[in-house]
Amino acid sequence: MTATPAIEIHDLYKSFGTVQALDGLNLTVRPGEVAGFLGPNGAGKSTAIRVLLGLLRADSGTARLFGGEAWRDAVALHRRLAYVPGDVSLWPNLTGGEAIDFLGRLRGTVDKKRKAELLERFDLDPTKKARTYSKGNRQKVALVAAFAMDADLLILDEPTSGLDPLMEAVFTEYVRDAAAQGTSVLLSSHILHEVEKVCDTVTIIRNGVSVESGTLDELRHLTRSNVTAVVAGDPAGVGRLAGVHNLAAAPADGGTRITFDVDNARVGAAMSELTALGLQSLTAAPPSLEELFMRHYGDVLPGSDASGAASDGTGPTDGAAQAARGTAGAR
Amino acid sequence: MTAVAAAPAVPRPSSGSTLTGTGRLVRFMLRRDRVRLSVWTLSVVAFYAYFAVALDAMGTAARGARAAVMQTPAGIVMGGPGYGVENYTVGVAIANEGITWVVLALGIMSVLHVVRHTRAEEESSRSELVRAAPVGRHAPAVAAIVTLFVVNAVIAVVSALALSGASGGDLPLADSFGLTTGSGLSAMVFGAVAVVACQIIEHGRGATGIGLAAYGLALVLRSAGDIQERHGSFLSWLSPIGWAQQMRAFVDLRWWPAALSVVAILLLLVLAAFLASRRDFGGGLVATRGGRADAPANLRSPLALAWRQQRSAFGWTALGMALLWYASGTLLPEIMEMGASGAADNEIFAAVFGGSDPAVFRDGFLTVMLLFAALTCVAYAIVMSGRAKGEEEAGRAEVVLALSVSRSRWLGAHLVVVGLSTVVLIAVSVYAVWAGAVQVGMSEPGFGAYTDVFWTYSVAVLVYLGLSAALYAWAPRFASAAWLLLVYSFVVGMFGEVFDLPSGAEALSPLDWLPAGFGEVPEAAHMIGLAGVAVVLLALAFLGFRRRDLQSN
Repeated sequence: MTATPAIEIHDLYKSFGTVQALDGLNLTVRPGEVAGFLGPNGAGKSTAIRVLLGLLRADSGTARLFGGEAWRDAVALHRRLAYVPGDVSLWPNLTGGEAIDFLGRLRGTVDKKRKAELLERFDLDPTKKARTYSKGNRQKVALVAAFAMDADLLILDEPTSGLDPLMEAVFTEYVRDAAAQGTSVLLSSHILHEVEKVCDTVTIIRNGVSVESGTLDELRHLTRSNVTAVVAGDPAGVGRLAGVHNLAAAPADGGTRITFDVDNARVGAAMSELTALGLQSLTAAPPSLEELFMRHYGDVLPGSDASGAASDGTGPTDGAAQAARGTAGAR
Repeated sequence: MTAVAAAPAVPRPSSGSTLTGTGRLVRFMLRRDRVRLSVWTLSVVAFYAYFAVALDAMGTAARGARAAVMQTPAGIVMGGPGYGVENYTVGVAIANEGITWVVLALGIMSVLHVVRHTRAEEESSRSELVRAAPVGRHAPAVAAIVTLFVVNAVIAVVSALALSGASGGDLPLADSFGLTTGSGLSAMVFGAVAVVACQIIEHGRGATGIGLAAYGLALVLRSAGDIQERHGSFLSWLSPIGWAQQMRAFVDLRWWPAALSVVAILLLLVLAAFLASRRDFGGGLVATRGGRADAPANLRSPLALAWRQQRSAFGWTALGMALLWYASGTLLPEIMEMGASGAADNEIFAAVFGGSDPAVFRDGFLTVMLLFAALTCVAYAIVMSGRAKGEEEAGRAEVVLALSVSRSRWLGAHLVVVGLSTVVLIAVSVYAVWAGAVQVGMSEPGFGAYTDVFWTYSVAVLVYLGLSAALYAWAPRFASAAWLLLVYSFVVGMFGEVFDLPSGAEALSPLDWLPAGFGEVPEAAHMIGLAGVAVVLLALAFLGFRRRDLQSN
């Protein structure tokens, strides 16, 4: 904890005209950490990243990389990082291979062996002119250039939005490799399972402010588990327990099959009640990140603050939460 | 019949051909391009009208001298086959000299229009959205041709009326229509070539190149034919430009050569339709070649990249300028004779070019000619400094600036490439005139006088570059306002004396601080002042660009 964070954003504000893109954002990525940065379109992810890269100037607040100021020390800081934008635009008359070399040389030298390996793994033809590449292939060019750089920090802005699942797997592998060598990673994404696979911590951002932040475990702690059980007795009492939501019951072999969500802090009480009802089978699943995510963007909590949105699921928002869950479950 | 009856009833749209939706697309294209097409129309019409008025103002004697110039090889290349040079009236001069340039302008418009609405749309995958709707396979291309026809027809009609009107009815309406219609049809041939090219080549740029190359070929054929033989040889008849000129407007109008253009357009469209049904959406008939897998060793800095991006535009511009100004240089002796007699009986003419004494007129003419050359170079500088904005908007600047490249280094790379290229272009233009003049034995004014022009304009052009860069850095939305200074300089430089502007107004033009006449010694204080302004503007550009947010979408 004493080491300087790779990324440190504190109370960051940035507006474009009347639009408040960042509204007091906080974000910390410790050295060697893979941090997920989740949020819907327009939440401010790319704006935050552009401030970090010194491309935009913050209105107030601090944005630091390796302890240096993102705007003032941009050039020096950029020696240590590699960046992949969400929508990669390349020079139309350069081939992919030339673009990779050019970007690499602006930072230092290009390791030809590493480049060849990456090109093969990502299945990219470097001899085609950039104007003929599809979105996915342009993204591959930027990824190959970034992974070939051997940086201390990777900033990846929705880097897999154009990749097929096979390439996503290759991408995941390289992110893990980088993390294993101590590289810090900031991965902004819509793709929840990708974040779940590789990230140590997650920050959820909405309307320019982080509404949730922590390790995956910490976030799960704040959320409900989904329980399916078969009990012999009448399950109506379960529904009256504090912290139990969305109870549904259906007849099953030898009793009643019930499903419900329970706040993790209340699991003990629920289990006692189930045991008393003659518990015959039980499955309990931790919430997927998908559910976490849907809760934040499925719920419409007016004036909610970060902790409220995460831990307080009772009240008028339950219906929305359930609808969100339904969508998530259908995937 | 039985098989059909047995098959399950698949709902099948009763109407729907490869042309479904053409009408809607036509309206959409006209709406989308309403500004662009209006500007083209007005520009061409204004050119016709201005040309008519200017030729009329010259007077008969000057036009006679001009006819002599138009019979030299360079005159034929830039003009036409020489119908009616014996009696060089305004109409004859417009037909003989104007068609080549009008067809060039309309041809560029036609090629760009076609490519913009067909291949470029396919490339950007915008037309995927359109084609997924109930729109036929050939509808976008047909709509592009229909709109092109509409625009060319409007331009032809309005131009003919403008010509006739501007001359106060001296130019017969029938001949005016012949001239403008022939030119429009000739230009549409190049549009039709672009339609074919769009089927063959996968990329809009390549198709545009083929369309413009077709014009180049047509110009070469026509020039060669017209030089071989007065009124054109067999070669002239191979060129769509020739077909318009062979209508002999204002001499002895005949309409049938226009039919050659019509036939050529139809044949090309049939060919395009044939090719179009044999290719995939987004594909071409010629596969694109692969490039190199590794960057050349020198591509390792923003400077190298900026050069790489601009070098082909620079190369072609330099070649074009060299040829144009060399040819102009070889015309100087004839122009001198013609102009001196013209200036003797025309006040405006004398005011613009300085007087009727041959030597004075020569220097005045050189001044104006080199002003044109310099302003072309200024235009190049403004266009190319816009490349930085393009890079930023496309998000490519972001990728580079996210590496260890400072704002100043990135902007500097662009400005250095633009600045040096522009200075080289000025040198090419100025010395090409000199070389052309020497070639035809005109050794006065000498190399030194041209060198003065070269270096003083080089300093002045940096002011425009600095302004363009400073605007881009501080207010990127208004970067194109640099054009205003160019237009202002042109008006002041050309007509300042005619309009009798106050000297304060003239001083706003950077060019006003250069020596007023060819061969005059530049004033050191003025040049240092200009250089100072350029340095301040460039410094402002760097200061502003370091401070502002990068824009991207």
